[in-house]
Amino acid sequence: MPRRFLVACFQEEESLLNAVRTVRGKGLKVYDVFAPYPIHELGVAMGIRKSRLPLATLFGTLSGLLVAIGFQFYANVLDWPMNVGGKPDNSTLAFIPIAFELTILFGGLITVAALLVRTRLFPGKHEHLLADGITDDVFALALRQPDRRAVASALRQSDVWKILEACGAKDIYERESPP
Amino acid sequence: MEILENLMTGVSIPSKSQFHQAPMLPPPKWVEGDPSLQEITDDVLRPMEGLPGRAWWICFALSAAALTMGLSMIGYLFSKGIGIWGENNSVGWAFDITNFVFWVGIGHAGTLISAILLLFQQKWRTSINRSAEAMTIFAVMCAGLFPAIHVGRPWLAFWLFPYPNQRGPLWVNFRSPLVWDVFAVSTYFTISLVFWYLGMIPDLATIRDRATNGIKKLIFRWVSLGWDGSHRTWSRYEVVSLLLAGLATPLVVSVHSVVSMDFATAVLPGWHSTIFPPYFVAGAIYSGFGMVMTLLIITRNTMNLERYITMRHLEAMSKVLLLTGSIVAYAYLTEFFSAWYNGNIYERYTFFSNRLAGPYAWCFGIMVLCNVLTPQMFWFHRIRGSIPALFVASILVNIGMWFERFVIIVLSLHRTFLPAEWGMFIPTIYDVGILIGSFGLFFTCFLIFIRVLPMIAIWEVKGLVGELRVHDRLVSNLRTLRADQEDGTQEAACA
Repeated sequence: MPRRFLVACFQEEESLLNAVRTVRGKGLKVYDVFAPYPIHELGVAMGIRKSRLPLATLFGTLSGLLVAIGFQFYANVLDWPMNVGGKPDNSTLAFIPIAFELTILFGGLITVAALLVRTRLFPGKHEHLLADGITDDVFALALRQPDRRAVASALRQSDVWKILEACGAKDIYERESPP
Repeated sequence: MEILENLMTGVSIPSKSQFHQAPMLPPPKWVEGDPSLQEITDDVLRPMEGLPGRAWWICFALSAAALTMGLSMIGYLFSKGIGIWGENNSVGWAFDITNFVFWVGIGHAGTLISAILLLFQQKWRTSINRSAEAMTIFAVMCAGLFPAIHVGRPWLAFWLFPYPNQRGPLWVNFRSPLVWDVFAVSTYFTISLVFWYLGMIPDLATIRDRATNGIKKLIFRWVSLGWDGSHRTWSRYEVVSLLLAGLATPLVVSVHSVVSMDFATAVLPGWHSTIFPPYFVAGAIYSGFGMVMTLLIITRNTMNLERYITMRHLEAMSKVLLLTGSIVAYAYLTEFFSAWYNGNIYERYTFFSNRLAGPYAWCFGIMVLCNVLTPQMFWFHRIRGSIPALFVASILVNIGMWFERFVIIVLSLHRTFLPAEWGMFIPTIYDVGILIGSFGLFFTCFLIFIRVLPMIAIWEVKGLVGELRVHDRLVSNLRTLRADQEDGTQEAACA
């Protein structure tokens, strides 16, 4: 089923921020906000939870470290011990540089992979832009339609439009997006 | 900033006296002329959308010619073996490893600018980070070329990686710094590439949305991963950028440290030194910034990007050159001091008799002139503000840094412990040709990059301009409020 959205477009980041705060203050739920660059105050204004992506980094770095230490130990001590200049088979200190590099490598790659999975970005994905010029100079606020909270708080559609206009929206319209 | 925050939350309005006591410095303007968001997109993408100018074609023809020459010489090298180079029994490493260290060093500025300066919240990185990162990728490609063609049988270069094989499996020697190098450089390349690409996704989406040509739209749709500017994505994206910067920061420091261990773990006088890791890292940043400056001066002038790559940017970079150049000079002094102080005759011979007065003393002279004296010129404001002076200095920096690696490698090898082993290294036409070819590869890649991808991070510059605009508006609101308050006080006094 296609989803319907009420989209309000702004030209200034402050008007957008103001609109997000006002709309949430009225008890409505902000579906999402679209902007050409990240606006740092938006996270708090929209009530976005702290990201758990650092956990993916922790997992990646630890796995890189374990793989590197484990593999070097396996190759040099268990599988084929080799006498190089009389150094001990388990030359742990000499294993540190590679362990460090693989820690970073695994950490970085797994973090980026986690980001792509979490934000559902993948090569060839067809973009669904709710407003034109979002990647250029337009800021847009999207509200789900019909909004159960608006019904609950007895806000009529026209009231929501008025609120958004008062916040400085240049353009307000309804748009459908594919499911 | 506190005043601003108070104003934003509406907690309290500072009095006039407070305002005057703590004068608010406006944030530095890293973009000139206050362009609108749309103008920024247009300015950055214009060079990509039109046909290249004559200057671009001339540069491209020259670099492509150099690259072709380099490739044909590499082809000849493969058929004949590395005997066509000037290496001999005394000097087993010469131009190849010098070029490797030189290019890896140049590659350091990109990630330094994008990662370390991001962590330190240095806003001036925004208009130069993209091209510096691209430079890193191409420089590391050039660097990787040299060990690969130096192994003798380059078609077996994959033996450098530990993979299950039918020779035992016989694993690589994990205790060897050369193997550490393989891991360090390939990790550095991968992470830099991922960081560069990730930072480019929003801009690729901008190009996709502007594209009128169907094929171009299709390609950019594919590479922009369906980016739609959602703030939920942006917030995660920023978290990941910061995480990657945190990971890449120690990586930058580690790569050239590992490269320096190729030398420092040997017992050779001139190589066997504990200061090598920090000394190499400082030198790498120094040469990397030199190359970034050369490239940016050329591109800002030929592509009309003076608005975004301002004199302030060049000045900031020259200060980094001054700092890292001074660290390098200090490291040179330390090397000489240690050689004198430890009393070892071989060490003393290598530094005092050979480097200062040996047959290659002129290389040492060029190195000192370019790396010790040149950066000291940046103490003067007039030199930091002159484009021709900066351009010449940035080229001297890289000449000096190439000679530094040559001095370290060849001057230490050609006269070691036994005079019977002494020899001279004289480069052949193939040594020089492949070095020029690597410059051809680097500049060809860079010239193609500035034509097909946005060379300035559009979204980051927009964020910077947006932030400045909010600041300006808050300050003007504050002034209005102050004026109103003042009127109110005067009225009260009159009453």
